[in-house]
Amino acid sequence: MAVEKTCCASAEEEKAVRTALEAFEPVRTNLIPMLHAVQETLGQIPGWAMEEVAETLNVPVAEVWGTASFYTMFDLQSRAKHIIRLCESPPCHITGAAGILDAIQEELGIGPGEVTPDGVFGLELVSCFGVCGVAPAMIVDHEVHGNLRPEMVPQLLQKYREQ
Amino acid sequence: MKTLDDLKRVREEALKAMSVRESGHATKVTVAMGTCGIAAGARETMSALLDELGKRGISDVTVTQTGCKGLCEQEPLVEVTRKGQEPVTYGHVSADKARRIVAEHIVNGTVVGDLVVTK
Amino acid sequence: MGLTDIEAKQTKLTAVDRSHVLICAGAACVASGAMEMEALMKAKISELGLTCEVSVFDTGCVGTCDLGPVVVVYPEGTFYVKVKPKDAEEIVTEHLLKGRVVERLLSRTPEEHTVPTIAEHPFFAKQQRIALRNLGVINPEDIQEYVALGGYSALAKALTMTQDEVIQMVLDSGLRGRGGAGFPTGRKWAFAKEVEADQKYVIINGDEGDPGAFMDRSILEGDPHSVIEGLAIAAYCIGATQGYAYVRAEYPLAIKRLQIAIDQAREFGLLGAGIFDKLDFDIEIRKGAGAFVCGEETALMHSIEGLRGEPRPKPPFPAVSGLWGKPTIINNVETLASVPVIVEHGPDWYSAFGTETSKGTKVFALAGNINNTGLIEVPFGTTLRDVVFEIGGGIPRGKAFKAAQTGGPSGGCIPASMLDISLDYESLQKAGSIVGSGGLIIMDEDTCMVDVARFFLEFTVDESCGQCTPCREGVKRMLEILTRITEGKGELADISKLEMLAGGISKTSLCQLGITAPNPVQSTLRYFRDEYIAHVVDKQCPAKVCRALIQYDIVPEHCTGCTLCAKHCPTNAIHGELKGVHTIDQEACIKCGECLARCRTDAVIKV
Repeated sequence: MAVEKTCCASAEEEKAVRTALEAFEPVRTNLIPMLHAVQETLGQIPGWAMEEVAETLNVPVAEVWGTASFYTMFDLQSRAKHIIRLCESPPCHITGAAGILDAIQEELGIGPGEVTPDGVFGLELVSCFGVCGVAPAMIVDHEVHGNLRPEMVPQLLQKYREQ
Repeated sequence: MKTLDDLKRVREEALKAMSVRESGHATKVTVAMGTCGIAAGARETMSALLDELGKRGISDVTVTQTGCKGLCEQEPLVEVTRKGQEPVTYGHVSADKARRIVAEHIVNGTVVGDLVVTK
Repeated sequence: MGLTDIEAKQTKLTAVDRSHVLICAGAACVASGAMEMEALMKAKISELGLTCEVSVFDTGCVGTCDLGPVVVVYPEGTFYVKVKPKDAEEIVTEHLLKGRVVERLLSRTPEEHTVPTIAEHPFFAKQQRIALRNLGVINPEDIQEYVALGGYSALAKALTMTQDEVIQMVLDSGLRGRGGAGFPTGRKWAFAKEVEADQKYVIINGDEGDPGAFMDRSILEGDPHSVIEGLAIAAYCIGATQGYAYVRAEYPLAIKRLQIAIDQAREFGLLGAGIFDKLDFDIEIRKGAGAFVCGEETALMHSIEGLRGEPRPKPPFPAVSGLWGKPTIINNVETLASVPVIVEHGPDWYSAFGTETSKGTKVFALAGNINNTGLIEVPFGTTLRDVVFEIGGGIPRGKAFKAAQTGGPSGGCIPASMLDISLDYESLQKAGSIVGSGGLIIMDEDTCMVDVARFFLEFTVDESCGQCTPCREGVKRMLEILTRITEGKGELADISKLEMLAGGISKTSLCQLGITAPNPVQSTLRYFRDEYIAHVVDKQCPAKVCRALIQYDIVPEHCTGCTLCAKHCPTNAIHGELKGVHTIDQEACIKCGECLARCRTDAVIKV
């Protein structure tokens, strides 16, 4: 995957990223917190923002890229408006996560790793996020939903579609 | 915080604050608001409790939150403590059930037997 | 009329009247028959000649409308509920005449303790909550509630002792790391204290990632100050002034509450310079970014330094050369939450719980096929049976217990034949599993053990950092073999290949992630070998889980020809006339199970 060109940033976006980065002392230990800040600002971490981070910290862009790409929660590509993260770890698996996946696929017509054609939903399978007590569970954006049953899926997703 | 006495003072004040709240308010309602509880709908439960208390103009009730009690299966969990009585813990408290608890337990003083966590 | 009016009336009790009977005449009570009841009561009173000693009054609504009709007898203030007309005479003859309270008509409110408290629930009765002491008790966003229950007094106490005295206390308590490795906490601290350095660090490891484990999240969310206090004590013991809390990004609420707690502790002078005039110490939170391997301590430190979270070989151990090359100790959340209690109550109190070698208590997360999913804390040595059937309330839907998976992707399975195993470090290790971080995934008879093993390997393959070959390539090969087996394409030789690979990977991997990755396979092979054989030799999945090895059939005797299954079949694989026996075209069937879910006569079966 190629790093996107610097030209794609709008002036406001660039300003927002610079402001976000100013909150940190420019030392390497703050690299991951800075990447989090960029993602919170833009919803993803495009190539030009990595260049900004690299410049602030005075490290090569490759170092920033190498670190950012190691961590799965950093999105280096643009993504859907709402990300559905369904847990596929054993506690959810044995309490019926497969049925939830079927229901989501039927409702949205996409599989894991895909985005709906309208760009509204993206579906990801993820590892345990520690709400096994209410398994099966999924996270949509920042909200955790537990005790899922297949028949709950359409209504739940509708709520996000309307947002 | 410089000395043990400082800590003791804070502790005594905190205990007093908690007991003032107990005596000033007839009832304390605690909603378990860990991620498990929230995933099971504790936010909706909390809003329903606040809404129902507001609608009825009840002001001598403290509504507070706590962490995970451990009994995730029964989430959302709500504990009602009336002054001078043992706390009562309710399980699977949906928004509707939260309204029932306000009406029956907090207003009328009757424990909602079928919602109590027993086994 | 409210209760105060009733009390006012009570004081008006004249010398003439021995008793006053108040009958609620509110609308609800009247609707449930209060007036008929009152008439009968008055009649009985007059029949027994008590009219000049007892007065009967109507009152306004007492407020317990669903318990009506309500009767209150003064001067005792006896509160009778649901008093039916037939009960009226009994109150007169028993209470008013003989002075005996009619027990069965008393109100059942908490004052009478007829409602069981949560502590009496079997889920809580067998627990010993030490690390979880404040969970569900205090408001985690209010430091005063923590202090009110004795919080930060252990730190104050520790600061009046020497560093060695506190370390000795922790050593004597027998506390071992609760994150998985089980290394004695006091020894770790003693190592770090001995090293001379201009700067030392202490770290909270909140990168909990084992599937099925969620105690660290719950403690950080429900009692963050206990972890802060534990870390401050650790910092004092080794001479550190800076602490970090590394918490996985998947736990936003835990991060939020911990930050609030840190801010409040600073405000109260419990973090910062001159804590109790003795300690300078502060904590910064570092959020993970979705890398399971960062739970490994050397990887975690790399992540704090702003690098890729890759582990490095040990030694040197972090206690000697850790964060930025300085002596560092990294303790798990649950371990740190236990420290203040040990300092407060003393090591003997703590080590009285548990077994000879596994002291104290352990938090377990109950998940999977169990009635009471949740978080429990029991002394080491409690049996698996007690945890599953007493505390956990058994298996849902009357199914049979098949196995418990302990220790997540680094652990193994305990079969039903070993339900009486003592849950402690040594017994679990002997059984081929580990305590690990305390995840307990309970599985019922409908779980396929080969499928479960495959799931754990899938997890490890996803989370391998890719640095060393045995973990990156070896575990992937094992996963391929397991997938082949669950698809019905396995051979007998695959089983020995799995065993060979497992041995090599555990011996040669760089960090614990790879070293322990084969454990789920090795342990299921040990206890459920026949299930593997059934998959590869008979091409059958005994639990009927693996889609490639099952088929759906219709039992002709049970089929009523209702056509429900055929209507819902997504591939039109079911044929048959209305009211005639249906059949499934196995070629077209995709084994989605929709027919089984729809059938109302149990005619569809999995074979």
